[in-house]
Amino acid sequence: MAFCSAAAVLPDGIHRNSDAFAQNSAAVEDLISQLHSHIHKVGGGGGPEAVKRNRSRNKLLPRERIDRIIDPGSSFLELSQLAGHNLYEEPLPSGGIITGIGPVHGRLCMLVANDPTVKGGTYYPITVKKHLRAQEIAAECKLPCIYLVDSGGANLPRQAEVFPDRDNFGRIFYNQAEMSAEGIPQIALVLGSCTAGGAYIPAMADESIMVKGNGTIFLAGPPLVKAATGEEVSAEDLGGASMHCKLSGVSDHFAEVLFSFSRSYVFHKKHKTIIFFYIPECKMQPVIDELHGLAIGRNVVKNLYMAGKGAISSPSLSSDYKEPLYDVKDLRSIAPADQKQPFDIRSVIAHIVDGSEFDEFKKLYGTTLVTGFARIYGQPVGIIGNNGILFTESALKGSHFIELCAQRNIPLIFLQNITGFMVGSKSEASGIAKAGAKMVMAVSCAKVAKITVIVGGSFGAGNYGMCGRAYSPNFLFLWPTAKISVMGGMQAAGVLAQIERSNKKRQGIEWTKEEEEQFKSRVVEAYEREGSPYYSTARLWDDGIIDPADTRKILGLCLSASIKHVPEDTKYGVFRMVDMVFGLPWAVDTEG
Amino acid sequence: MRTAKRLGIRTVAVYSDADRDALHVKSADEAVRIGPPPARASYLNSSAIVEAALRTGAQAVHPGYGFLSESADFAQLCEVEGLTFIGPPASAIRDMGDKSASKRIMGTAGVPLVPGYHGNEQDIDFLKLEAEKIGYPILIKPTHGGGGKGMRIVQGPDEFVESLLGAQREATASFGINTILIEKYITQPRHIEVQVFGDKYGNVIHLNERDCSVQRRHQKIIEEAPAPNVTNEFRSCLGDAAVSAAKAVGYHSAGTVEFIMDTLSGKFYFMEMNTRLQVEHPVTEMIVGQDLVEWQIHVANGEPLPLTQEQVLLNGHAFEARIYAENVSRGFLPATGTLHHYQPVPVSPTVRVETGVEEGDTVSMHYDPMIAKLVVWGENRNAALVKLKNCLLKFQSLANHWAFEKGLVETHFIEHFKNDLFIDSADEVAAEAYAAAKLGASLVAACMCEKEHVTSKETLLAYTDCDRLLSLWYTHPPFRMHHSTKRKMELEWDRELNGSCQELFKFVITYQSDGSYFIEIEDGDSPGWEVKVNHVGNHDFRVDADQLHSYVTLALYCKDTSKHIHIWHGKHRHHYRQTVRLEQSTDDDSQHQPSRQVASHPKGSVLAPMAGLVVKVLIENGALVEEGQPILVLEAMKMEHVVKSPCAGYVDGLQVAAGQQVFDTTILFSVKL
Repeated sequence: MAFCSAAAVLPDGIHRNSDAFAQNSAAVEDLISQLHSHIHKVGGGGGPEAVKRNRSRNKLLPRERIDRIIDPGSSFLELSQLAGHNLYEEPLPSGGIITGIGPVHGRLCMLVANDPTVKGGTYYPITVKKHLRAQEIAAECKLPCIYLVDSGGANLPRQAEVFPDRDNFGRIFYNQAEMSAEGIPQIALVLGSCTAGGAYIPAMADESIMVKGNGTIFLAGPPLVKAATGEEVSAEDLGGASMHCKLSGVSDHFAEVLFSFSRSYVFHKKHKTIIFFYIPECKMQPVIDELHGLAIGRNVVKNLYMAGKGAISSPSLSSDYKEPLYDVKDLRSIAPADQKQPFDIRSVIAHIVDGSEFDEFKKLYGTTLVTGFARIYGQPVGIIGNNGILFTESALKGSHFIELCAQRNIPLIFLQNITGFMVGSKSEASGIAKAGAKMVMAVSCAKVAKITVIVGGSFGAGNYGMCGRAYSPNFLFLWPTAKISVMGGMQAAGVLAQIERSNKKRQGIEWTKEEEEQFKSRVVEAYEREGSPYYSTARLWDDGIIDPADTRKILGLCLSASIKHVPEDTKYGVFRMVDMVFGLPWAVDTEG
Repeated sequence: MRTAKRLGIRTVAVYSDADRDALHVKSADEAVRIGPPPARASYLNSSAIVEAALRTGAQAVHPGYGFLSESADFAQLCEVEGLTFIGPPASAIRDMGDKSASKRIMGTAGVPLVPGYHGNEQDIDFLKLEAEKIGYPILIKPTHGGGGKGMRIVQGPDEFVESLLGAQREATASFGINTILIEKYITQPRHIEVQVFGDKYGNVIHLNERDCSVQRRHQKIIEEAPAPNVTNEFRSCLGDAAVSAAKAVGYHSAGTVEFIMDTLSGKFYFMEMNTRLQVEHPVTEMIVGQDLVEWQIHVANGEPLPLTQEQVLLNGHAFEARIYAENVSRGFLPATGTLHHYQPVPVSPTVRVETGVEEGDTVSMHYDPMIAKLVVWGENRNAALVKLKNCLLKFQSLANHWAFEKGLVETHFIEHFKNDLFIDSADEVAAEAYAAAKLGASLVAACMCEKEHVTSKETLLAYTDCDRLLSLWYTHPPFRMHHSTKRKMELEWDRELNGSCQELFKFVITYQSDGSYFIEIEDGDSPGWEVKVNHVGNHDFRVDADQLHSYVTLALYCKDTSKHIHIWHGKHRHHYRQTVRLEQSTDDDSQHQPSRQVASHPKGSVLAPMAGLVVKVLIENGALVEEGQPILVLEAMKMEHVVKSPCAGYVDGLQVAAGQQVFDTTILFSVKL
C-alpha cells in the first residue's frame, strides 16, 4: 500500500512535558466545559414548563423524535446546536429548530425538526436560516429530507425579517420544489400544528404523514377563520389528520396507535378454568400516536429507490483502516491558548488521519501551507492546512494541489489557522493578489467534497482562500479556539485609530493618548466579541462548534454524507496570468 | 433408532405432513409419508403404517412409545401381514388395554386393586350411584388409552355429569371407544411403576421401579428410579406383584406395571399396565445398565432374556425430566408455535438428552408439546439431583424445590407447592426476586442494545455493498454532538403464574464512551449500574455488571403485540415483555401483518386461549349466560379445554362452529351485558 512507507508517518508533534502543553490543555478544557454548559442549556429546549406542556400532549421532544426515526443505535450529526445564541433578547435555544444528518434504513437523511417548546416552533430569522442551511446541505449531498413539522409558522412580530427576502421563509418551499425536481425525496411528518406558511411544508412534500389528534394543517387556524368568515370550526375538523388523509388529500399517511391489548387472566376457582380478559393498554400508559407516525416515516424512507447516490464502489478502497497512532483527545492540547503562538498543523493532521500517515506534496516549497494526501477511515482525502502566513508561493502551491484533487475526485479538507496573505511591497510585487486570486478561483470551482475546520485564526482573505463559508464547503466547523474576522483586533484598532486621528487632525481636534487607547480597546473588544466562535455559530456562519477530540469522527461522518460517487467535471474560470515558470515566483510581472 | 443402528439394522421412519422436517425423519435411513397431520389420519392409521413397512421391505415394526404402541389391532395386523411386531403379544395388549378387563384379571391373579366400578354398565345414573357408593372424590377414566387423556377428577355429585360427558367425548376422539370406569380418587397418591420384561419362553423379570409422581395435567414431568424413600422389602413386594401381573396375561417384551401408592396408608394398588416401552424407560436403563430397545429386538427375534432376576443390578439413581412447550402462567396450557430458542445441555455418558426438535422447529398443535427429555444418572439420589438441577437451569427451576430434594413426592406436588415453584409470596423472598428481576432486566436492556448494534451493522453490510464510510454511522457508542446517546426502554416483568402482578421497569440507558452502558431505573431507588457487554455469538453475551462477570443467554421472539425476552443469568431465568408498539422499527414489516389488527376487540371479547379445534359449541348466539358458563369446547394437543363465559350477559358474535380450526387470539365470541 502506498501509504505504508514509514517516511509518511507524522510525528506526534506534541511535547507532553512542556509548560505550553499544560497551559493549552487547561485553556482548551476550559473552553470545552464552557461550550458544554452552553450546549446543556439548549438541550433543555424551551425550558421545563414548555417541555412538560409538550409531554402532556403526548408529544416527544424533537431530539427524541429524531432518535426514533434514525436507525436504532446509530449516530446523528447534529448541526449548529448553538444557532441563535445570544442573538435576540429572548433566548432561542438551537434557533428553535434541530437539524442534522442520520441514517434511516442505511440511507443518510437530512432531518429538520421544529422545536415546539421554543416559541411554539415559530420561525425567527435564524430559524429560517438554519432550515435553509439544512436544505442546502441536503441539496449538495443529495440527502433525502425529512421534516418533522410542529411549528406555528413565521414569527409574526419579526415578519419583516422572515417573510419577504430571497433567503427568507419562501425559500424553504422553493428548495423543496427544486430538490423534488432533482429527485431528492422530500418527506414531511406533521406531528403538531402546521399553520399558514408552515402548511406548505407537508403540502410541498413528496409524501407526508399526519398524526391523529396532534397534527393539523391549515392556512388559517380556527381563530382567524372565525374572524374572517365567521365560521366556527374545531382545529381537528378544520385541518386534522383524518380530514387531510380522507378528504383533502393533503396528507398521504394516517398515523395513530392502534390499541394494543394486554392480556390478563384470572383463575376461576369454582370452574377451575382460566378466563382471559383483554384490556386496552391505553388504560395503563398514554398512547403516543406520533410513534406510529415516526415508524411510517421510517418505512417511507425504506421504500425509496432514489437515483441519488450512484453507489459506484471504487475498487481501490481498502475495507480496513488504521486508527491514528496518537490519542485523538490530545487534539485538545494542540491549539495554543495564546493565538499568537504558532503551531505545526501537521500535529493536527497526525491526530486525525489513518495511521497518522500523511504523504506531503511540495513539502519544501511554499512551506507556510501544508498540502498532502492522507486517508480518513479509508477514504482518500487531500488536506490543506496553514502553517503561517500565505505567501505567493504558498498560494500557488495551494492552487496546484486543489487542481490535483479536483482532477482525481479526491475530497478536500481545509484546516484553517490563518492570519492572512502576506502584505508589503515585496509581496505585492510578487503578485500575491494574483496568486491569492488563483487559490480562490481553484477553491471556488473545484467540484469535489470540501470540508473546512477552523482550528485557530481565520482572518482576511485567508478565510477565503482556505474555503471559508462564502466558498460553500459542504461543511464548516469551528474548534472552540477559533477566531474569525477580517483582520486581527489589534491591527484593525491600529488602522482605525490612524484614520480617526487624521480625521480629528483635519477637524483640529486634540486626541489624547488615553482617548486613543480607549478607542483602540473598544475596537479590540468589538473584534474580540464578533470574532468569537459563539458569535459566528449563533449567526450560522458555520455548522457548529466541535470538540477537537471529535474532529476525526465528524470528518468521517461528513465525508460519508458528501462523497460524490459520480465524479463531476471541474471547470475553472480565467486564471489571471498563469505563471509559465514554476519555481520562479519572483518573476517580474511585466504587464503590471 | 440409535440402538438399531448400533445393531446394524436399517431403519425406516414414518411421518405425517406436520413432521416432514422432523428429526426422526432426518435420522432414519429411509422415511415414508403416511398422511396428513391429525394423528388419526397418520400415526394412528395402522394400515398406512403397515403398507409403508411392506413397501420398504421392512421385517419388523417398532411402534415407539405412543400412538399405536398399545394397539392390539395393530399388533394383530402386523402378525397377519408377516411383520414382526416388536412388542408384546396382541392378546396381552388387548387384555391390558381394556382397563376393566385388566382389573378383573389382576383381581384373579391376586394383585391389589383400587376400589371402583369397572363394569360394562355405562348408564349415567347408574354410574353416578356407583360413584356415591365409592365415595367422592372419584376419578373417571376411559377404559382404553392412557396418558391421562380423558381423565376427570370429580369432587362432588354436581360436577359428575359434565365431567362424564367430557371424558366420553375425549375418549372417543382419542381412542375410538367411549366406555369409562370410575374409581376412588386417592388424594395424596404416589405414582410408582415397575419395569417388567418377558421373553417368549414364559420368563418374566422386573427391572426395579420408577417414581413418576411429579405430574401436571395428569402427565408425568419428572421420573426417577429407583423410587425414593422406599424400603427393599417394599421394592421386592412391588416387583413380585408386577411380575405376577405380567405372567397373568402371558406377557413378553417390555412393559410397565403401574401402581398407585397411598402415601397416607402406605398401601399400593394396581392401576394399569402399559404394554409398551415407555418414554421414561431411559431412567431404568441407566440404573440397570441395559439397553431395553435392544432387549426388545432380541426378544422379538425369539431369543431368551439375557439376565435372570438375581442378575438385575440396581446401580445409582437416575432422573428424567420432560421439557414441554407450555405456558406455565396459563395453567400449563400447551403452547404452539415456533421454537425460538432451544439450547439442550451437552450430553455425556451420565447425561442423555433425547429430543425430537431443533431450534426453529414448529411445535404443532397436533401432537404432544414435549420438546425433549433429559436423563441424568448419579451414584446416588443426591448426586443425580445435583446434576439434574445443573442441567435444568437452562430450562426451569422445578428441581430446586426443597421438598422434592427430600424425596417428598406425590402426584399433586406441583399444585401444592406452586407458590414455591413459581413465585414465593414471602415478602423477603419477593424483594430478593424483585432485585434479581431488576438486575436481569438491566442486563436484558444492555444485551439488547448490544445485539441491536451488531445486527444493524450486519444488515447494513448486507444492504450496501461496500460503503465503508456509511458504517461510521453505526459505530459504538453512537455519535452525538457534545452529549452521550441516551435511550429509554420499558420492560414488563411477569411474575410467573400470577398474571395480575406485572412490574414495569423503565430504563434510561446511556451509551458511555468506553462502549459500556449506564443503566438507570426510573422511579427506582437504585442508583443505576454500569454494564459492559460483549456479544459472544448468537444469543450469548458476556456481561460485566454489579461486580458480577458472567455469561448470559437471551431468547427473543415476538408474539401478538409483545416482544418476549427470556434471559438466563446465573441461577435465574427471567421473562420480560416489551410492548411492540408500531414504533418498534426493528421489524417494520410486521406492520403489514393483519395480526396487528387484533387491535379493536370490543369490550367483553373472549379470545381463544390457544390454537386448537372447536369440538363442540354449547350455546347459541344471543343466549343469556351466567358467569363461568361453558360456551364451547376446544381441543388442542389432544386435551379438551372448556371456554367459559367471563361474565354474565348475552353471547354475541359467536361465529365458530364445531370442527373449525381456531388460532391463538382468534375472537371466539363476546359477552354483552
